[in-house]
Amino acid sequence: MLDQYVGVILSFLLAAIIVAVMVSGSMLLGPRKRSPVKDQVFECGNAPSGPARGRFSVHFYLVAILFIVFDVEVVFLYPWAIVFRSLGVPGLVEMLLFIGVLAVGLAYVWKKGALAWN
Amino acid sequence: MGPLTFAVLAVLLVVSALAVVLHPNPVKGAMALVATLFVLAVVFVFLDAHMIAALQVIVYAGAIMVLFLFVIMLLSLQDDLPEGGGRVGLRTAAWIGGGALACAVAWICLRSPLGAPPEAPQGYGGVEAVARSLFTDFLLPFELTSILLLVAVIGAVVLAQRRGA
Amino acid sequence: MWGEVGIAAAKSLAVLVMVLNLCVVLLWVERKGSALIQDRIGANRANVFGGILPFNLGIVNTMIADPIKMFTKEDVVPAGADRLLHFLGPFLAVFPVMVTFAAVPFGDVLLIGGREIDLQVAALDVGLLYVLAMASLAVYGVVLGGWSSNSRWALLGGIRGSAQMISYEIAMGLALIGAVMTYGTLDLQVIARAQGEYLWGVVPAWGILYQPLAFFIFLVAGIAETKRVPFDLPEGESELTSGYFTEYSGSKQATFMLGDFAEIILVSALATTLFFGAWQVPFLARDGWYFPGGTHLAMPQLAVAALQVASFIVKVLLLCCFQILVRWSLPRYRYDQLMNLGWKRLLPLSLANVVVTGAVIVLAG
Repeated sequence: MLDQYVGVILSFLLAAIIVAVMVSGSMLLGPRKRSPVKDQVFECGNAPSGPARGRFSVHFYLVAILFIVFDVEVVFLYPWAIVFRSLGVPGLVEMLLFIGVLAVGLAYVWKKGALAWN
Repeated sequence: MGPLTFAVLAVLLVVSALAVVLHPNPVKGAMALVATLFVLAVVFVFLDAHMIAALQVIVYAGAIMVLFLFVIMLLSLQDDLPEGGGRVGLRTAAWIGGGALACAVAWICLRSPLGAPPEAPQGYGGVEAVARSLFTDFLLPFELTSILLLVAVIGAVVLAQRRGA
Repeated sequence: MWGEVGIAAAKSLAVLVMVLNLCVVLLWVERKGSALIQDRIGANRANVFGGILPFNLGIVNTMIADPIKMFTKEDVVPAGADRLLHFLGPFLAVFPVMVTFAAVPFGDVLLIGGREIDLQVAALDVGLLYVLAMASLAVYGVVLGGWSSNSRWALLGGIRGSAQMISYEIAMGLALIGAVMTYGTLDLQVIARAQGEYLWGVVPAWGILYQPLAFFIFLVAGIAETKRVPFDLPEGESELTSGYFTEYSGSKQATFMLGDFAEIILVSALATTLFFGAWQVPFLARDGWYFPGGTHLAMPQLAVAALQVASFIVKVLLLCCFQILVRWSLPRYRYDQLMNLGWKRLLPLSLANVVVTGAVIVLAG
C-alpha cells in the first residue's frame, strides 16, 4: 500500500528543490542596492498612507466559515460517491437528507443577505 | 512504520508544534500549525489511514487554517509575547500542569506493552472501507453531523450580522 | 527496490520538466495569441548577441530574454515585510500545484524489457482527494503573498483572492463528485482506463458524455481558481495595482506567474483526465488499432504509448488554448458578481448535478 507514495515523496522533493531555486533566483543573482525609496510600499506614486493593518469587512470571515462547512459536506460526499451504488435507494435517501439539511443552511445564508457583498 | 520513519516524523511534528506555541509572530505560528497538521497527515498515511490523511489536509490544513489566517490578518494581531514573560502565578501553574500531564503520559506509555500492531486487513483505511462503515454502522452520527454544520452556519451568520449591524 | 525508486524518480522528473516546459510554451502562446486576437503583432524584437539570427523572433524574447531578465532583477523586499513569509508566498503558490501532477496519468503503460511501467507518477487509491488536498494548500501562497508585503493594498488583494479561491473550490469539488459517481473510484488511472469503453461500439465513452454539466462547472470553477480573467479581480483591479503580488520583483514575481500557468495546465489536465478520456485515443488499445468494422492493425507497444502520451498533451494544450482565448475575450467580473456566481449559481447547480446523477444511477441501475 505504501509504495504508492514513493512517487509522491519524490515529487515533493524535486518540486521543492526546483521551486526553491526559482524563488531564490533573484535573491542570489540580482543586484542589491537598497535605498529608502525602494523600501517603501507601492501606492501609485503617493507616499505610503499608513500601516497596512486596518479593519476589514466581516464578509471575509463568513466566506471562510461557509467554506469550512461546505468543504466538510464535500468531504462526506466523496466516500458516498464511491459506495452509493451498493447502498441503493436507502443510501440515496440518507444522502439526500444530508444535502437537504445543508441546502437549508445555504438558503438561510442566502436569505439573510450574508452572501451579498456591499 | 519503522522506528526510523517514526522518529523523523515525530521530531518534525514536535518541532512544528513547539513553533506554533513559542513563536511570537502569530502568522508564522499559524503557518507552523499548518505544517504540523500536514506532518500529522503524513503520519496517518504511514498508519494506512489514507483517506483520513487526505481529508486532514483538505479540511483542517486547507480550510480551518485559512479561517485562522483570515482572523489573524484581518484583526492585525501583532507579535504578542507579553511584557516580562507574564504573571508568575500563571507561569507556575503552567509548569505544574504541563509537568503533571507529561508524567501521566509517560506512565501510560511505560505501562502498555510495545508490540507490533496487528496486521491491517486489505483495504483498511481506504475510501471504500471507511465509506461502508460510515454509511451503515455510523449512519446516525453522519446525519447528526449535518445538523451540527447547520447550527454552525446559522451561528456564524447571526454573530456576523450582530457585529456588522 | 531501488529500481522502483529510480523509475519513480525518472517519471516524476519527466512530469515536472514537461510541466515547466509547457508553462514556457503557454507564455509564448499567450503573448502571440493575445496579439492575434487584438490584431497586433506582439513581441518580436529580441535577437541573440545583437543580431546573429537573420530575423527577430518573439519566441526568443519570451523564452530566453524574459526569463534571464526576471532572474537577474533585484529582489526588493519592502521594509517591515517579513523575509521568510515573503519567500514562502511564491513558494506555496507554486509547490502544491507542481506536486499535484504526480497523481495525473499521462499514458497507459510502457512495456520495456518485460517490465510494465505505469505512466503515472503515483498510482494513489485516493488520487482525486490528493489533488483536492494540494489544491487547497495553494491558497496559502495568495494569502501569504498579500500579507508579507506589508501593504494595505496587497493585503486586501490577497484576502480577496483567497476568498475567491475558496469559494470556487467547493464548486470544483462538487463537480468532480459527479465524475467520481460515474466511475466509482478516486484513482485517476482507473478512470482514464474506464474511458476506453465504447458506446454502441463506435462512440468513445469519454466523461463529457456522462457529465456535461459537471465539466462545465469544473471548467468555470477551475478558471476562477486560477484567478485569470474574467476572474482576475485580486490581481488586476486598478486601485490594487498588481494586487497581492505588487511588492514582488524578479524571480519571485516570475514564480507567481509560473504558478499561474501551472494552474492553467493543472485545470486542463484534470478536465482532460476526467472528461476527455485522458490519454485515450479512440480505437487504440495496448497492442494496436481495433476499428469498429472489425479490422485490427497491430502496432508496436512503444508507438502506442507514444501516441497516447501525445494525445494527452494535445488535449491539455487545446484546453489551455481555450482558457487563453477566454481570457482575451471576456470582460472582468466585479467582486460581488464573482462571489454570486460561485455561491449562488455554481454551488446549487453542482449539488443538483450530484443529486440527479445519484438518482439516475440508483433508480435506473
